[in-house]
Formats: sequence, C-alpha cells, structure tokens
Amino acid sequence: MNPAISIAGLEKSFGRTRALDGLDLVVSQGQVHGYLGPNGAGKTTTIRILLGLIRADGGTARLLGGDPWVDRVELHRRLAYVPGEVNLWPTLTGGEVIDLLGRLRGGENASRRADLLERFELDPAKKVRTYSKGNRQKIALVAALASDVELLLLDEPTIGLDPLMAEVFRECIEDERRSGRTVLLSSHTLAEVEALCDHVTIIRNGRVMETGALSDLRHLTRTSISAELVTVPAGLAGLPGVHDLVVEDTTVRCSVDTAEMEGLVRHLASAGVRSLISQPPTLEELFLRLYADEIPGEGDGSSSRP
Amino acid sequence: MSTLAGTAPLVRLALRRDRILLPTWVAGFALMVTFSAQATMELYPTQISRAQAVAALNDAPALVAFYGRIYGASLGALSLIKMGGIGAALLAVLAFMLVIRHSRAEEEAGRLELVGATVVGRHASLTAAVSVGVGASVAIGGLSALGLIAVGLPARGAVAFGLAWAATGCAFTAVGAFSAQLTAGRRAAVGIAASALGLAYMLRAIGDTTGYDAAGWLSWLSPIGWSQQVRPFAHERWPVLLLLVTFSIVVAVGAYVLSDRRDLGAGLLADRPGPATAGESLSSPMGLAWRLHRGTLLAWAAAFLLVGGTVGGITSDVGGIIDSPQARDFITKLGGTKVLTDAYLALELGMLGSVASVFGMQAAMRMRSEETAWRADLALSTATGRTRWLGSHVVTAVLGTVGLLALGGLASGVAYAAQLGDASAIGEVLLGAAVQIPATCVMVGVVVAAFGLVPRLTTATWGLLVAFMLLGEFGPLFELPQWLMDLSPFGHVPRIPGNELEVVSLLGLALVAVGLIGAGLTAFRRRDLG
Repeated sequence: MNPAISIAGLEKSFGRTRALDGLDLVVSQGQVHGYLGPNGAGKTTTIRILLGLIRADGGTARLLGGDPWVDRVELHRRLAYVPGEVNLWPTLTGGEVIDLLGRLRGGENASRRADLLERFELDPAKKVRTYSKGNRQKIALVAALASDVELLLLDEPTIGLDPLMAEVFRECIEDERRSGRTVLLSSHTLAEVEALCDHVTIIRNGRVMETGALSDLRHLTRTSISAELVTVPAGLAGLPGVHDLVVEDTTVRCSVDTAEMEGLVRHLASAGVRSLISQPPTLEELFLRLYADEIPGEGDGSSSRP
Repeated sequence: MSTLAGTAPLVRLALRRDRILLPTWVAGFALMVTFSAQATMELYPTQISRAQAVAALNDAPALVAFYGRIYGASLGALSLIKMGGIGAALLAVLAFMLVIRHSRAEEEAGRLELVGATVVGRHASLTAAVSVGVGASVAIGGLSALGLIAVGLPARGAVAFGLAWAATGCAFTAVGAFSAQLTAGRRAAVGIAASALGLAYMLRAIGDTTGYDAAGWLSWLSPIGWSQQVRPFAHERWPVLLLLVTFSIVVAVGAYVLSDRRDLGAGLLADRPGPATAGESLSSPMGLAWRLHRGTLLAWAAAFLLVGGTVGGITSDVGGIIDSPQARDFITKLGGTKVLTDAYLALELGMLGSVASVFGMQAAMRMRSEETAWRADLALSTATGRTRWLGSHVVTAVLGTVGLLALGGLASGVAYAAQLGDASAIGEVLLGAAVQIPATCVMVGVVVAAFGLVPRLTTATWGLLVAFMLLGEFGPLFELPQWLMDLSPFGHVPRIPGNELEVVSLLGLALVAVGLIGAGLTAFRRRDLG
C-alpha cells in the first residue's frame, strides 16, 4: 500500500530564510502521525506544500499517490485541512462556513456534522465575527471532521481550545483512528501527540531530528528514577546509562537510559528499597534533549503565532 | 490611569505605518490646489473673461450641482471651483478613511487588544486616530493656503480656503470616528461614513441649484456646503467656520460617548444570529464571492440609482441657458465637447464610469485581503482550483461594475427622458453608460495583474486610478501632451451621447482588460500563496 504522504529531500526558502532543508517524511495510510517542532521549524511550510498552496524549491513530495502541486484540485477532494491561524469570513455564520467548506470539498456528512456541533458545544447560528479564537478553531475542526475524506491535515489544531475541548478533540481523533483515516497532526503540545499519535516525526530548522513509532522513540529517552533506600550502595555513578545522579541522605534521584534500566534496578534492590518512583519517558524530555542546545534565544520564525 | 494614557505612542505608531501614504496625500492635495489655481490664472487672464466664465458656470444648474456655485468673479474664486466641492469631498474621504484605518480596522484585526493590554487608556486609540485625521487635515489646509499665496492669490482668501479645507477635514474625521463606533466591521464603518459624505454632497448640490443668488437652505445642512459658504476670495465669511468647528466637536464627542457604551471589538449595531445552515447558493466559490460582495454592491447600487437619477434630472436645464462662446469654451475645457447637454451627460457618465471602477477595483482587491488573512488558504485547500477561485472574484467585480453602470445609466436616462418627454433618450444615455464598461474592466484587470504578478502592490493600484482620474480632470486644463493623456483608459472612452461610437477603441480596451486579467491569472496559478 502506498504511503499517504511521502516526502524526500524537500527544500523551501523564503528569501534568505531556509524554511525546509532536505526534509523527509513518510506517513503510512491509517497512521495518526504527530509532527512536532518548535515555532518556525517548518511544520506549516510542509503542510502548505502538501496542499499545493506553495511550491517546493527542491525534493519530492507525493500525497495520496499524486503530485500536491499539479494534482491539487483532485487531491483536495480526498483531504481536509485545519489551518493553525483560523480566519473565517466574518459575515458568515459558523454553520454556513461548515457547510460551505464541506460542499467545496465535495460533500459533508450531515449526521456527523450535528454530532460534532454538539460535542464541541458550538452554536452554528452565530456570526463568525462574534466567535472567540477557540470557537473559530472549532468551526474549522467540525468542517474538517464532518467531511468524508481519507486524510486530515491538522496544523496545531488545539492551540486555542480549552482543556475540556482539547479532550473532545482527542476523542474525535481516536474515532478517526478507529475508522482508518490518516491524520497528520502538527503540534508543539507534546502531551497531545503522546496521547494521540502512534508515529512521530520531530523536526527542527527544516530538518528531521527523529522519526519513528512512538514506542521506538521511547528507547531514545531516559526514565526518571527516584528511590528511597535503606542504604546508598556504592558505585551508582559508575553504572552504565545512569545520568544526573543526585544523592541526598538515603534518597537517590537519577535518570537512566531505558535500555540500561535492569542493571540499575538490580543494583538498587540489592541495597534495600523503601520506595521507588519510576517515571516513564515523556516526549517533553525527548524534546528538551533534542532542542537543548538552542533553547536560549529561540524565537525566530512564525511571529504571527501567539 | 488616565483614559488618554498612551495616546502619543499610538500616534507615532500610526505615523510610522503611514510614513509614505500620509506625506504623499498631504503633498498631493496641496499641489493639486496650487497647480489648479495656477492653470486657471493662465486660462482667464482678464477680468472680463473671468466674469463671463463665472456667469456661464453659475447659470448651468448641472455644473453648480456638480461643483458648487461661484461667488464673486475673483481669480481665486474661479480657480478653486473644483477644489471647493469635489476637492473638499476627496479630503473628507481621506479624513474618515484615516480615522477608521487607525481605530476600527485595528480593533477588527485584534491588534488593538494587544495594544489595549499595555499601558494604554480607554480613549487612547480613538484619540490617536482622531489626532492623525485632524493633523492631516490641518497640514493639507495649511500647505494649500501657502501654495495659493505662492502663486500670487490674496493671502486673506488663501487663508480662508485653507481653514475651510482644514475644518472640513476635521468634520469628516469626526464623522469617521463616529461611524467607527457603530459597527464591528471596517467595511461597514467606511460605508456609513461614505454615505454621510454622499448625503452631505447631495444636500449641497440640491441646495445650490435651488437658490439663486444665495444657496438654498439645504446647503446649510451640509458640512460641504458650509465649507463652500466660507466663500474664500469673495468677501470671506469667517463665522461659517465656527459651524464646521462646532459640528466637528459635537460629532467627535458623540463618538467618545458611543465608545464608552460598547465593548472592545463590538459595534453599537449588534450582530444578529444568522442561519445555522448554508443556503443552496452558498455551495460554490461563486456563491461565496457573491455573498462576500453582496452587501457592498447593494449599497453601491442604491448610490448609483440616486446619483444617476439626479444627474439625469437636471440635464435638460443645461442646454438652454448657456450661449456665450466663453461659456462653451469653459465647458469644453472641463472635458466635454459638442452640444452642451450631450457634453454634460457624457461628462457625468464618464464620472460614473470612474466611480464604478472604484467598486470593481475594491472587489478585485478582495482577493488580496483574502490571501493575507489566510482565508484563501482555506478556500484553496478544498477542491477549488485557483482559476475558479480567482474567476469567482473577477466575475463578481466585472458583473457588479456592469450592473452599477446599467443602473446608473438607466436612472439618468429615465430621469432625462421624463423631462424631455421623449423615451428614445433612454437608449442614448444607457449607451453612454455602457461604453464605460471596457475602461472599468481595464482597471479591474490592472488589479488582477498586480495581484498575480506583484501581490504586494495590489492596493498600490489605487494610485493608478487616481492618476488616470486626474489626467482626465486636469489634463485638458493643463494642456498636457496627448500621449500622456492616452495612458488613461478613460481617455479612450467615446463621449456618448454626442459623439460617434468608436467600436475600435472599445474593443482595444476590452482586449487590454482581457490581457491583464489573463496575465494575472497565469501568474497567480504559478505563484506561492501568502
């Protein structure tokens, strides 16, 4: 089966800014794929190339078996897009926008529309102008989710949603996964990607840093251990894979490469364990590690984003 | 915290944003006044020639309606005939656009929220916008007065003219501030302010044509009328300025009162709920384009109907009264030819054509604002091709313009024919309106070409329209070379009624329009969005 999205060596510059610098991305059909990166990493640029809104300078991109620039109109019948910056026509009502976008995509599912409006607690009779940012985003989400399409391209879709609505969104994406739709979900909300995605690609400065199944990526990360012991055993610092060791009286805190977990636990157990807290690796940590060298001074790129 | 805290930085921000636009407009207005006076002085060197021209103009109700009445026969009064009426109206447009741009438009874009969260008082934004409007008006009035003195007109009259213009600018600054409080949308606010100006101009036109030696009472209900009743260079009536100043203050205070009674982002005219589902018509790019342009187009249609009817209604007065060769000469120089009623009708229909292209251009420019607001991204991420998307807006722009001209032409024709008692006149006037279509399409084409090829310069095409209109209005007066005047598409429109229907030049214009739209479309299909 052809992948839904396959990108190789993609390049795009805006003036002197290099937005994409040899980017590779493969999203198989039926995957819910998290697309992570800091502001200005090139996430939106990638999606806009996939939508045929802008043309790549180099590399190849295939979308649902077609060329995203040449075949854009045909391809757009099979996908729905939620932009990160949701601006709608202020004089239309929310319901009109949902219907319009659905019809322009080639059809919407009326029962799903009604169901989604209820779940997102939206009043479709209000003028777009009077909606808050979060409600505008919900309108765009309902319009996308109510369309009968194979692929959803979601660009930071939860950025304006409150926690309750973000939860509703998660449930909706779970439904999409079960019904076999492919989802590319760009985000910098790591918890969301962890909760929703089976595959993750992390980019920075227009290049891929990490990509793979979420379970594979966890091996790259370290587990945090906090243990209260009877006595502190010698030679902890010398164990393979142990980092950031802190010993206070009989309390030991450290992080350990997931692959070296067993050795550490044996060693601690031999000293007598009163309590042991082990925190599974989060993407947060992975993210921090990958971007650690640029956290100060980061902030170029999409200044239009809140 | 004072409600005005932070006004000064906001004024500086506005001046920074308009650092090119504002000086250009200020200088443009002052130069227009100066050159206009200069050129008229050369045309009418003697007292007798001036007296005849003034008499002829004042005897033609159509011209009085259009430009205003000339008081006295001084060089200054004659030379500022166009500036006192039309010029003041243009200045009014600049004033309310400036205020709305820096208050309501900022608020609608949500940028004011950002500013409002900083150390800025509740009234600071409106005050800053009003200050910019007042400042621009005063600068234009002051420079114009200096320009008039420089070409040798009496200082007293020049100062009166400058003050009248400055006060008119202030009055419509206040009108802009007021209408910005009424609605949540910038476009609607502009519409309200423009309607107020239209009404003021209309009242003045009717008032001036109904009075004989003095203006009728209706002129005294209009700020534009007051501006003319200051009568620069004709025994200036200074107290009339107080009317303008009082009006400005009252309306501005009203704006502040309204702004206290509403929330940030909201208008006083509340948004009502609409349909929860889209109607059948909202199923295609064309349906969306129609929906987006509909409100504006209907307002324009009402205005065209009103103006067309008025213009046609006073036409039959034109011919009989004017018989001196000097008067004919003057009218010829104003842009018309041949028989005077025909010349007048052709002149008015030409104006209608230029104004209709304002609608066409702003409708086509909608594409650019859709693009910069990312709404084009959303529409084009559906199964809507770029050709269809662009086509939907261009078709609306062109058909809207055609509809406006048809409506304006029909209203003129019917009113004119009713006066003559001759229905066959309708067709002639309608044709005179129809021949404007290709030229207006060229202007739409200019916008589309800019949008495709150099999208950043899309709104800069307004400058071209202004230049073309000035060429038509002042080219004959300044005796500019023919090739320069030929640059304007409006220069190639046959003046009908009264002249041959020049099919070739109309076809030429149509071809240019098609070429421009085609070039814009081709470039747009290939370029990046955003």
